[in-house]
Amino acid sequence: MRRTCLTITGMCLMILHAFSQGSPKDTSAFKSRPLKLDEVEIVSSYYDQTADKSAVSGGQLGAIGNANVTDLSNGIELKFVGYDPKGRKNSLTGGLGFDHHTAASQAYVDLNGTAKNYGNRLYPTLDWTIENGVKGSSFGIGSYYSAEHDYYHSIGLNTSFSKKNHHNGEFSAKFSGYFDRIKMIYPSELIPIDSIQVTTGTTTDSVVYVTTASGRTEALSYSSTGQETVTESASASISSRSRDSYSASFAFTQVINTRMQGALLLDLAYQSGYLGLPFHRVYFADSSTAVVEKLPSQRFKLPVGFRLNYFIGDNIIIKTYYRFYIDNWGLRSHTASIEVPVKITPFFSISPFYRYYVQTAVNYFAPYQKHTAADEYYTSNYALSAFSANLVGVGLRLAPPKGVIDKHLNTIELRYAHYTETTDLVSNVISLDLKFR
Amino acid sequence: MQLTVGRVSLSVIALAACAIALAASLASCQPVKEYQKNRINDSEMTLSNRKVEKEEISMESYREGSSGANGGKTGGGCGCN
Repeated sequence: MRRTCLTITGMCLMILHAFSQGSPKDTSAFKSRPLKLDEVEIVSSYYDQTADKSAVSGGQLGAIGNANVTDLSNGIELKFVGYDPKGRKNSLTGGLGFDHHTAASQAYVDLNGTAKNYGNRLYPTLDWTIENGVKGSSFGIGSYYSAEHDYYHSIGLNTSFSKKNHHNGEFSAKFSGYFDRIKMIYPSELIPIDSIQVTTGTTTDSVVYVTTASGRTEALSYSSTGQETVTESASASISSRSRDSYSASFAFTQVINTRMQGALLLDLAYQSGYLGLPFHRVYFADSSTAVVEKLPSQRFKLPVGFRLNYFIGDNIIIKTYYRFYIDNWGLRSHTASIEVPVKITPFFSISPFYRYYVQTAVNYFAPYQKHTAADEYYTSNYALSAFSANLVGVGLRLAPPKGVIDKHLNTIELRYAHYTETTDLVSNVISLDLKFR
Repeated sequence: MQLTVGRVSLSVIALAACAIALAASLASCQPVKEYQKNRINDSEMTLSNRKVEKEEISMESYREGSSGANGGKTGGGCGCN
């Protein structure tokens, strides 16, 4: 009897085993894929500005205060994408930007307006990101370098991470540091006189090293007879000062429903070092002699932002943004913007937009000849004055699935913006973005 | 310049309005499945700035006294001109 029971039990187990879903051997192990060029993006912009009361002139009106600027900016970014053996997406992005600008105020670093009024800036970037699709997380590091001929260079480093939750929300954080060196190029009449006594023959002359607006250093030889000659062979180095900027940026994005999503943005920023610019003049009330602007060596910034995007019907999207900003220099500002992309077709959209901005002045700002020598800090830079600004413009976006003209040209974006400030500054910027895949 | 409306600071009004809008939005969160995200995933619905806006944002950060909380840089660079 016992043998019969064991036999029946054994047969049942064999039948169950035959019909059971055993785990088959995994023959589809993930194969890594090396980095491969995925996307190339080219962005070109032209910026044009008319303004007066330049910071270089100490906020003066007229030709000496001319603050007209043009800037031609070009950048290219190459994105390589690959997958590692764990199935994580690796993205390596390298970029190179080049700007050429003209600035009327730059000529007045020399009091007579004869300094060069143009310059170039070169700025490469390199970023690496790892995305884990299963865990919904990502990690990235990046680096940045920028050099503006004669004026400064800057090195930037950052690291970031993000994590999605199960409720269509995502938290991200980014920590950045920028380390600038600013060449101490003073207005021509304020160049520190670093005299070296030399003896030539029977006369004692003094040689002063003069840093010109272009950054070139020349030696002016003053003879005892008061005659002045210039020799260009001198090569005294121009001193520089540091400016460090640190920021922690936090963002939380949330899908609210099938048509709406929002983001909450918070930055904590801290700057230390030389926070003014050495060629910005200030004129005191009782003096026609300029001094160099003087600002505190520390600044804490706290901007808080909020975005909300809403898809109305099938063709219209409303994108809103608001930011409140406060810092320890006494500046408060509000920024509100709205953009309404209208999808003419699924692949072509027109986006009119408007932005309003208002700020209070920093505690250290005063117009031309309004500061007094008793002030501890002083600047006449109108970017730090009280004003409001309006920005209005339109963007066009074309992204057909089969490409534009050629299948590799994936997206074309064109954007124009007109900007006016109550300081009388008016500017226009037009940008073109070409994306190849 | 102190921004005020009546006796109430504009900062307080703006922050209160934002807090209310945020609270109302989050309170109305609904579960959204992947297949329901065709509008959310539309390229125009992105919550970050696009590359074509780069010069605009750069110009604003140099011409205005404030920056940050927009995905751009919060420091570094000269802005000399």
